[in-house]
Amino acid sequence: MITIQSDLGEMTVERGQADGDALWLSAQDAEAATGFVKKPEGLCKGDLCVPLPPGREAAFVRGAEVNVAGLWRHLGRAVARSARGDAWVLGEGARDRAAALETLEAPDFTLPDASGRMHSLSAHRGKKALLVTWASW
Amino acid sequence: MWQELFDELKGHGLIVISVAMDSRPADPLPWIEAAKPTYPVLIDRDHRLAELYNIVNVPQAVWIDEAGRIVRPAEPAGAYEGFRKMNRETRQVPEDVTRVTAQARATYLDAIRDWVRRGPASEHAFAADQARAHVPVPTDDSMAAHAMFRLGQLLIRRGEADEGHRVLQEASRRHPESWCIWRQSAGVTEQGLAALPDFWARVDALGEKRYYAKVDIKGMP
Repeated sequence: MITIQSDLGEMTVERGQADGDALWLSAQDAEAATGFVKKPEGLCKGDLCVPLPPGREAAFVRGAEVNVAGLWRHLGRAVARSARGDAWVLGEGARDRAAALETLEAPDFTLPDASGRMHSLSAHRGKKALLVTWASW
Repeated sequence: MWQELFDELKGHGLIVISVAMDSRPADPLPWIEAAKPTYPVLIDRDHRLAELYNIVNVPQAVWIDEAGRIVRPAEPAGAYEGFRKMNRETRQVPEDVTRVTAQARATYLDAIRDWVRRGPASEHAFAADQARAHVPVPTDDSMAAHAMFRLGQLLIRRGEADEGHRVLQEASRRHPESWCIWRQSAGVTEQGLAALPDFWARVDALGEKRYYAKVDIKGMP
């Protein structure tokens, strides 16, 4: 069992192979965990298609399996894995995040309050929002 | 301080959203219980907000307008680094420093008031290119650290505390500017974290340097 956290949330897959920097998943699990599917143009998610680097296709796709960690790094995004390879975070990339902030559109988020009720920033559209951090520490 | 400001300005269309950078969700509860704020107080165990906005410490704030556009990117929210001049035995801060701290806070709150009342006409609401120029730019290291931070929390949640803490410490090494990450990777004592020698060692490592860039508001120390 491998737990994977990505921009799509957290999921657990029954089968998968962690091999050094690579995380090989079935095409189906790769799509569920990341949204990317293999197409003739490359690995695609919605309108975004990532061509496989010529000569290095085997580092990303082998048979019906996809190396999602390899794809993530190729996109310049952060990857973190547990020592045993049974927990992976497919994080964000500095370039993507900088580009997103550059648009000045406030990134939306959904977080719980003390009673567990979820709140999203976007629910407060139409008001000026002062977003402040604090901590008990 | 935010409750008073919220009470004063909610009729003018302001919402305050306060986010606790606490990975152990029970930790902020006593504060929330005591203050009973009427604006949303959220708990961000994975520091997702810090990752999205490139926030490195508390209190930092972001101003967002009615259309969901960032008007002032992440910056210290009226805080002044006066504690650095604290006498570490008596924990007293010299009076002149206390005055500057109060001035920083008052100036920042006045800037918020002006923005809420006057919107884009306020001199404190950045125009788009000004806002862009003030965005704290994320780096490969800061993004890697946040991925590690989330991994560390995931491991701790599922009972693998030793490895989880190791990963958090690695995250802190990758992104040393983040006190949020460091605070959650360091041990907690009964006296509160400020008593920890590690805390002062980190403060001393800054030397004479400011930790934050000066906040770009007229009158801010």
